[in-house]
This record gives sequence, C-alpha cells and structure tokens, in this order.
Amino acid sequence: MENQFLIDSEYLSPKALEKKHALETDPSSRKNHMEYMPGMEQIESDVRANVMNQMNTYEYEKYTAKDVKAALEHETCSVEDFKALLSPAAEPYLEQMAQRAKLETSRHFGNTVYMFTPLYIANYCENYCVYCGFNCYNHIHRMKLSMEQIEHEMKVIADSGMEEILMLTGESRAKSDVAYIGEACKLARKYFRMVGLEIYPVNTDEYRYLHECGADYVTVFQETYDTDKYETLHLMGHKRVWPYRFESQERALMGGMRGVAFSALLGLSDFRKDALASALHVYYLQRKYPHAEMSLSCPRLRPIINNDKINPLDVHEKQLCQIICAYRIFLPFVGITVSSRESAEFRNGIVKIAATKVSAGVSTGIGDHESKYNGKETDEKAGDEQFEIEDGRSFDKMYQDLAGEGMQPVLNDYVYV
Amino acid sequence: MNNDKLVIGGHEFDSRFILGSGKYSLSLIEAAVRDAGAEIITLAVRRANTKEQENILDVIPKKITLLPNTSGARNAEEAVRIARLARELGCGDFVKIEIMRDSKYLLPDNQETIKATEILAREGFVVMPYMYPDLYAARDMVSAGAAAVMPLASPIGSNKGLATKEFIQILIDEIDLPIIVDAGIGRPSQACEAMEMGAAAIMANTALATAGDLPMMASAFKLAIESGRKAYLAGLGRVLTRGAAASDPLTGFLRD
Repeated sequence: MENQFLIDSEYLSPKALEKKHALETDPSSRKNHMEYMPGMEQIESDVRANVMNQMNTYEYEKYTAKDVKAALEHETCSVEDFKALLSPAAEPYLEQMAQRAKLETSRHFGNTVYMFTPLYIANYCENYCVYCGFNCYNHIHRMKLSMEQIEHEMKVIADSGMEEILMLTGESRAKSDVAYIGEACKLARKYFRMVGLEIYPVNTDEYRYLHECGADYVTVFQETYDTDKYETLHLMGHKRVWPYRFESQERALMGGMRGVAFSALLGLSDFRKDALASALHVYYLQRKYPHAEMSLSCPRLRPIINNDKINPLDVHEKQLCQIICAYRIFLPFVGITVSSRESAEFRNGIVKIAATKVSAGVSTGIGDHESKYNGKETDEKAGDEQFEIEDGRSFDKMYQDLAGEGMQPVLNDYVYV
Repeated sequence: MNNDKLVIGGHEFDSRFILGSGKYSLSLIEAAVRDAGAEIITLAVRRANTKEQENILDVIPKKITLLPNTSGARNAEEAVRIARLARELGCGDFVKIEIMRDSKYLLPDNQETIKATEILAREGFVVMPYMYPDLYAARDMVSAGAAAVMPLASPIGSNKGLATKEFIQILIDEIDLPIIVDAGIGRPSQACEAMEMGAAAIMANTALATAGDLPMMASAFKLAIESGRKAYLAGLGRVLTRGAAASDPLTGFLRD
C-alpha cells in the first residue's frame, strides 16, 4: 500500500490546479532536484559521497542472525554491525538490542531526559511537498506572528517552566526572512536558556548571523535520502534541491552553531536505508567536526489537515524501536529525540531504552499557546497545524510522568558562550 | 591518620572521595554524601544554569564544597567565561576546568586547559584542571597556578579503570600538588589501587550512578579509598615482580 498524498482543494484557481496537476503527473515540468538554485552556497565536502556510497550498496536482506549476534557481542559497533542491526534479521533480537541500548544510554546519559517544546512562528510555505500540511497547495489558515505575538507566546511557554525552545517556520524566505527569524531568536534568548531552529536551509553566513542572534542548534530533516523518491515528493520550491538540504548541518557548523540534528521522515521511502543514511550522515560529519554536538530524530509520517489517511506504512512501533536501538548502539554519544508524533506509552517506554529528549506541551499550529496552555479563549485567530500530534501531554504532566518512571527530567544542560 | 587531610588550595578535607557530575540524580547526591562521605561535589555550571524547580544547587547540602566545572567549553576562552558565571551563580571559588573538543570521547584538551588555568588562577580561583596524564602538561599547569591536577584513568564514563596507570604514577612521583584521579574509575578496587599508588583523592560518578544498589556502592567506594590511603601511608611491602628471590646470594662468590 502506498500513501495517497495528492489532494485537490476546491479553493485553488483553475490555473493553480493546472500547474499542480502538471507537477504531479509530468516529471518534465519539475526542476532538476540535484541542481543548486541561484544564491544557494555550494561547499566542498566528501560527507555526501560517503553516506550515499554506503546507502546505495546496503543490501539488508543478506544479513543473518549470526551477523546480528556478532554485532551485539562487539564492544564497538562498526558500520557493518550497524547495518546488521537495522536488517530484518535483527527483528527477533529486539529485546537484546534494547538491553544493549539501555546500557549504552545509561553509560553516556545516566537516567536524564531533556525536555523542550516547539514554537511555530509562521506557516507560510513556498514548497509543494505532498505529505506536508504546510504545502503551498494545501488549503489551511496561514499566519505569521508579529514580534509582539511571538513574545506573548514565549511568555506563556516560559511560565509553564520550559527552558529550551525549538523555533520553527514554514519554508518561505519571502514571508519569514532571516532578519525576522533573527529578531525572534533575540527575543527567545530573553525567555529561554537554549534556542534551537528548525527553518529552511540557509547559507553559512546566515547561520552565523542567527547564531549571533542567540540560536545554537539547527535541525534539518532530510525527509528521505533516496534522491529519486525525494524528487517525486518535493515537487516545487527551493526545498526540492536535495544536495543543498543535505549540506545544511555542515553549513550550520561552519557558521558556528554548537549542535545539529538530523532525520529522515520514516514512512516516505525504504526506512532501513533512510535510517542507515541518517546515522551515517551523523557519523561522517562527527568525524569531520568532532567538537559538534549531534542528535537524531526519528519522526514517522502523520495525518495532516485535509488528508487524515497519511500513515507511516511499514514502520510500526517495533520497527521504530529497532531503528532507535540501532542508532543508540552505533552512536552511543548522540542525543535521540522522540517527538509528540508518538504515543505517550511509546515515549514512556523508549526513554527508558534510548531516547534522551522529548517534547511536551506541543502545538504545531501558530499562535495558540495561550488557549492550549491556559484554556483561555482569545479573539485572535490561530494558524493551522503542520500535522496531527499523538501525545498531547502538558509540560507538567510530562515532567511528572518522567519522574514517575524513575527518570530525571532536565530542563537545561547548556550555557551560551 | 587523624591528621591526614586532603589539602587543596589551602582548604582542608577529611574525605578523599569527590563526586563527579556526569550523571546526576538526587539519590546519587544523597548516597555520595551519606554513604561515601563526600565533602566535595562537582557541579556542571550548564546544569545549574536553570530556573528549574529542582535546581541541583538547592539539593546539595550547604556543608558541601561545590566544585563547579566548565563542561561544555571547547576552548580556554569559553572555560573562563563559564567559570566566571559559576562565581556569579554563587558557587564559590573552586573550579574544575574541563575543555573538550570531541563530543564522542570527551577527552580533555591539555593545551587549552593550561591557558585557562593561568587566567583563572590569576583571578583567584582554586583551579583544578582535568587533564590527559602528560608530565609536561602537568608541570605547565603547576606553573600556571593549579591547586591540584586531575588526570583521567580511562575515558570518561567507561568504568574501565586505570588504563593510564603508568603515566598517573609519573605525575604522583613528580608533581608536588595533589593528584586526583578523575574519570574512568569503575570499581572500588580500582579506586583502592590508585590510592595505594599515592593518588590524593578519587573522583567518580558513573560507577556509582550505574550501580545496582547505589548507597551500598557509595559505601564500598568509601572503604576502598580509605583502605588504599592507609596502605599508601603504611608503605607497601616488597613486591617481587620478576620471579622468586634466590635463597643463595648470586654474589656469594665474591672474595673481597
């Protein structure tokens, strides 16, 4: 079964519909996804070639139970071992993998779990990515918060006790430019100890500017490392340029950011290959930038407004757990974030095995924290959400639940220097 | 034995167990103080930099000497800034310098650490540099004004014990400051061994944090450290490392 991503909105003009259909059905109407657009910085780097060579030659069916057992016995997990742990042959060894993962997590992180919340400040988008609620052809309520509105949202969130924030925008340079995001970072520094960004990829000098404004972590999801598949899902806009996106984290580090986060969106393509590439993206970049802090996320596809059928296909909870355990065993020192896309039960369980960071008090909409946190109805309209979340726990509830599970919730472990 | 104090920068301590900061929980701090007898507790400034309800600063008993560390610093300049922040937060004048430019192994950068030691010692801090056991670097840290030197036993969090034993022994023999073995001590027996060698104190965290019974392990460390210290002070007996001693002297044939 494939996901049926393509939805026509009755609000689109005939001309817009015609263009949308052409993009969907006629590959020649789409731009070359491997070609940089004007203004996009190109850097010299061998990371991409290393990752892609490994992924393209990965035949997971050839790994056997013997390879998996050997991998679990090795003190250091090699790339080959990691490939075995991601293979179907490892599925019967999930419990043993979880035991080993737990050991590595406790060795590197103890029982601490970090908490953060996302803050969406704008949902305008210039891209047509067929699975995303913010895509430019999806009929949703669009919004961009003013600085006053952003500050209000931040106050509400900070009052809840949260100290780390991840600021997000839709991918529209025109509507949410770097200067706008920079001003939002300066505000965030006033209310939070740690400020992360999940925005459209930018050039090194722009990352440097945003770092100076107070941001220190950059998250960019590659969505899928399968470039052919990527081409069929990201039909229009700057996000279509796959290599520029791949090099985002490296540019962010060159721009002085302390840490970077990576992910594939599981369920878009072959999840084993995508998981392999995501971890190797971290692995090769860490070898090149050993001082940098790295973390992996593991989001699965979720339903969106106007398409509630979207699902992560063959990536069930067991497969997700296998991926996360394999990540932990291969990269014991990296952070692993599990977002509110997953259920409370899954998140309670996975923090005891391998996850080190969870979100709480989450809204993927725009400007609705007042009503969501304090139940206060306001006249101001909110912008629609990027996707439906599964775990709606508040900051307090999440904090208590983690502590109740014997974990140590940590709100900040960071100092901006 | 009663007068056997650990002296760091003019401050005296009875306990020779120092709690590290890697993994932190309230039960760990309790066990370290009550069962291991810790009088010094390390505190990552970046963790104390919080509004959190359960700020680590609030749960450490007041009689304990805080040893803020500069973890998160990637060079001397950042370490100096974090140390100054520690002072502003009311953590006192002790500082453990930790400078790492590798997020995988968290190995200390000796060169940058020497630079930071010099600046902070000049500012009146009691500086305790965490370092890779290298004699030249240790000497430079002494000249720079360090109050103690803290060589690693093996990679942090690894519980692998005294992998750098020979080099730590050189520091103990050659450096006139307390040598505090830090990082990698996984068992009480390894702590005991380091103390027998003449180490002034042991810093540990993961070994306790990951133990099955935390208070019991804390107590085991206390006994092991005291035992090793006594053995060192008592003077270890002769150790025959190259086979048994001949009963007839080899030089008995010499006539004059």
